[in-house]
Amino acid sequence: MSEGQRQEGGGWPLWEVFVRSRRGLSHTHAGSLHAPDAEMALRNARDLYTRRAEGVSIWVVPSAAVTASSPDEKDPFFEPAADKAYRHPTFYAIPEGVKHL
Amino acid sequence: MNAALALGDDALVLAQRLGEWAGNAPVLEEDVALTNIALDLLGQARTLLSLTGDEDELAFRREAHEFRNVQLVEQPNGDFADTIARQLYFSVYQELLYGALAEGGSELAPLAGKAVKEVAYHRDHAEQWTLRLGDGTEESHRRMQRALGTLWRFTGELFEPLEGLAVELPALHAPWRERIAGVLGRATLEIPEGADRTAWSAGAGRQGVHTEPFGRMLAEMQYLHRAHPGASW
Repeated sequence: MSEGQRQEGGGWPLWEVFVRSRRGLSHTHAGSLHAPDAEMALRNARDLYTRRAEGVSIWVVPSAAVTASSPDEKDPFFEPAADKAYRHPTFYAIPEGVKHL
Repeated sequence: MNAALALGDDALVLAQRLGEWAGNAPVLEEDVALTNIALDLLGQARTLLSLTGDEDELAFRREAHEFRNVQLVEQPNGDFADTIARQLYFSVYQELLYGALAEGGSELAPLAGKAVKEVAYHRDHAEQWTLRLGDGTEESHRRMQRALGTLWRFTGELFEPLEGLAVELPALHAPWRERIAGVLGRATLEIPEGADRTAWSAGAGRQGVHTEPFGRMLAEMQYLHRAHPGASW
């Protein structure tokens, strides 16, 4: 197959991949990939993101279905949260042995 | 003949062929999928060849006529449909074979028990693509049907009895055909009708008789080791 025929993702839709690394944790965004449909996206995700035994469960979501906040809206979205220390649980001591808090 | 050597050569040669897709597959995701499968097969080959002798000596120092792989696995990659047809025929066979081996008590049972899970994924990969190519566009259907037909004559050899193997290979032929027919039916493809072996190819790979492209594949595979004996990373 010549170089010219190898287009990015073969014109296939883009999928976002979420992997749960072990029981008790939530699915975490691992990356994205191209696939012709959801079933193939799952299989490609298995090959790309879990081949070193990183996961027990995979979700794939069409990238087009994700609505993202825009960088232009960064200030109105996030800045008001920064100067209100009382919103953060910083005044508690975290018990020993509690991970993932 | 040593059964582990024959099965090891099948895995080694198919791993080399699939590895040729690295950097050349239609999309990056398939590059990774095919080379992943190649690495699984390479792992199986290492275990199997080590049962017979020194794995490097066996892989890199034998001549073509000393290899005992079936002719199916040495067939060139061709287009993507050719590769998928070869994968479908071989992975369904390998899954049946390893499944039967794992249930027995031979020295190959532990290896087969581990490998059968890998091979189930290879079979799933080939099946998914067969469905999509067969029931895809007019062109993908035509190419997949042609690939199935071209490779059909190499499938009979898979079921020749293999001396020293704890599994009766001829007994796997009917279930294999049934499974292939099931996948092809769902993919709107026809099971090929021609002979599944020819006078000159029946059982020949297992006796060391190989097809013409095999020599070139072997030259590429063995070049480094022969030019720089003992080279390592």
